Amino acid sequence: MKKHFKLVDLDCANCAAKMETAINRIDGVNSATVSFLSQKLTLDADSDRFDSILKEVVKVCKKVEPDCVIQL
Amino acid sequence: MNGTQKRMLGRILLSGLLLIVSALLPVEGLARFLIFLVPYFTVGWDVLWRALRNIARGQVFDENFLMALATVGALAIGDYPEAVFVMLFYQIGELFQSFAVGKSRQSIAALMDIRPDFANLERDGGVEEVDPEDVAAGSVILVKPGERVPLDGVVLEGCSTLNTAALTGESLPREIAPGGEIVSGCINLTSPLRVKVTKPFGESTVARILELVENASSRKAKSEAFITKFARYYTPIVVIAAALLALIPPLFFHGQWADWLSRACSFLVISCPCALVISVPLAFFGGIGGASKAGILIKGGSYLEALASTELVVFDKTGTLTQGTFQVTAIHPKDRQPEDLLELTALAECWSDHPISRSIKEAYQKQLDPSRVSDVEERSGRGVRAKVDGHIVCAGNDKLMEEAGAGWRPCEETGTTIHVAIDGVYAGHIVISDRIKPDAPQAISALKSSGVRRTVMLTGDTKAVGEAVARQLGLDEVYTQLLPAGKVSRVEELMAQKSPKGALAFVGDGINDAPVLARADIGIAMGALGSDAAIEAADVVLMDDKPSKLADAIRIARKTLAIVRQNIVFALAVKLLVLLLGAFGVANMWEAVFADVGVSVIAILNSMRALKQVPCSQAKGAS
Repeated sequence: MKKHFKLVDLDCANCAAKMETAINRIDGVNSATVSFLSQKLTLDADSDRFDSILKEVVKVCKKVEPDCVIQL
Repeated sequence: MNGTQKRMLGRILLSGLLLIVSALLPVEGLARFLIFLVPYFTVGWDVLWRALRNIARGQVFDENFLMALATVGALAIGDYPEAVFVMLFYQIGELFQSFAVGKSRQSIAALMDIRPDFANLERDGGVEEVDPEDVAAGSVILVKPGERVPLDGVVLEGCSTLNTAALTGESLPREIAPGGEIVSGCINLTSPLRVKVTKPFGESTVARILELVENASSRKAKSEAFITKFARYYTPIVVIAAALLALIPPLFFHGQWADWLSRACSFLVISCPCALVISVPLAFFGGIGGASKAGILIKGGSYLEALASTELVVFDKTGTLTQGTFQVTAIHPKDRQPEDLLELTALAECWSDHPISRSIKEAYQKQLDPSRVSDVEERSGRGVRAKVDGHIVCAGNDKLMEEAGAGWRPCEETGTTIHVAIDGVYAGHIVISDRIKPDAPQAISALKSSGVRRTVMLTGDTKAVGEAVARQLGLDEVYTQLLPAGKVSRVEELMAQKSPKGALAFVGDGINDAPVLARADIGIAMGALGSDAAIEAADVVLMDDKPSKLADAIRIARKTLAIVRQNIVFALAVKLLVLLLGAFGVANMWEAVFADVGVSVIAILNSMRALKQVPCSQAKGAS
């Protein structure tokens, strides 16, 4: 399943790259891209575990860039 | 400027003022240190706070940490004004950077401002303004002059002209009349139109284009991937180098601690790869945005990269280089009336949407009765076979005739010959010819002057027709009488002949070229306004049907790639130079701040040039 999320207050391009790497490492994530310019996260992950993966993504995001919030 | 940016500006001004006051106060020792702390914390408290917080979370080596370390180091060795100034300059740079990025994001958003705000829905005898997403297929909407067409549909009532510039980059208005298909995103210019909606908003042209452009950044170019990888190693290496610089000379070679610490601090200031990390994707984003303004949709940075290295362009003929509107130029029946042959052929082709069938039906003019036709079978690359009034009619090329076992004979007229066999007996042929698009010759010459080495045309058409067209256009090679599968294998052969770094672009109309589009390095579909299949299958979509747009696309891609290269070379060269100078103690923290923030700002400004794409006509006037 593929979904787009808006990222609020993502204001550092290097952090976006780090977030992307970190999210891609989460188990069950097929591919994730964080676009600094469109301030969007595209997440492609296993459908049946999507919600739990998403929770993990939010946690990772908080760790890498605490100012940035994923709009659900 | 938004709220956060304004607050930051206030803090920068206040801190600058406090810095001047502190520098003028005649105090020494601890008092001087404490006084300088006031402007330092005014401008940099959030950097310090974030640095601490991120360390607590296990995130070292981010730019906050590096700036904090560098400035605290400067404070420790007594360079108070430098410490404050570096922090101040860093914040000014960050502010400018966020301003510039915000600005360019806005201008790209403005380019893509084709999203309709409302639809006038006819309901219960009245007209209501509703969200386009709430309109179901089959409903009727009203589009007033000056309004944006919100949904795809068919015109029921009204004749008007449409401005398609937002979709195609083409300024010439289009005429529309009842029965005509209308695409969302155009602007209705002259008179009101009643439109029957054919697709819900989510499947409309506008929604698809927006989705495509917004997601373009998820297909990263090689140079983007390179930067990300580079950033991962660059920062730790510079930080380790800084640590070695601070420790080794004083410990082993009797260096001055203060001197080497200050050199190490300037290293830390340069260690953020921000200039590259922001400016490279920004340039790609800008290039894609600028191209979409010109009616060229590029599905990602990687295709922009491939386009720039195009060395071989393969064209489909029909609908790409020629208009695809055929006209019947001759009817040569055998043992019957010309009208008879035309009628039978038109009936056999009555379910087909092939350009050839359409022109035969057009030539017949009279209404066709589809109930006379049954068992229709389309033979890809050959023609059509159908039962008309109980007789088996085969209409198509010579291959179909051989299949049907009919003894055909060639025609001396140039054009496409449609042979007809009735119940396996040859009945004559119809000759159809196509016209070359007005800008096709110019498109080929523009491609050649932009460095494309070979131009090739593939067609399912006969040798005579294909070669005549190729000669007229000045194409290098032509392969004729190809079936769709033959086109794929021909493209594969050509792919093997090109140099490893060059790319092969295939240009087709996107309807029956899907396999070839997918096989080529870059699949380009043209005339895609309203064709979903083409938008799906291709990597690059030319919204109108002008082949000359291809040269524009290559030009845009090259310009964008040039900007990317400039930024990479410039940023790396300046950083490396300042690192070297810093290591030898020639450059201090001031130069280091420039190498960090100044370079980012310059690179961002350079990237923003990618957005501004000069239309072809103007570009020519300039050169």
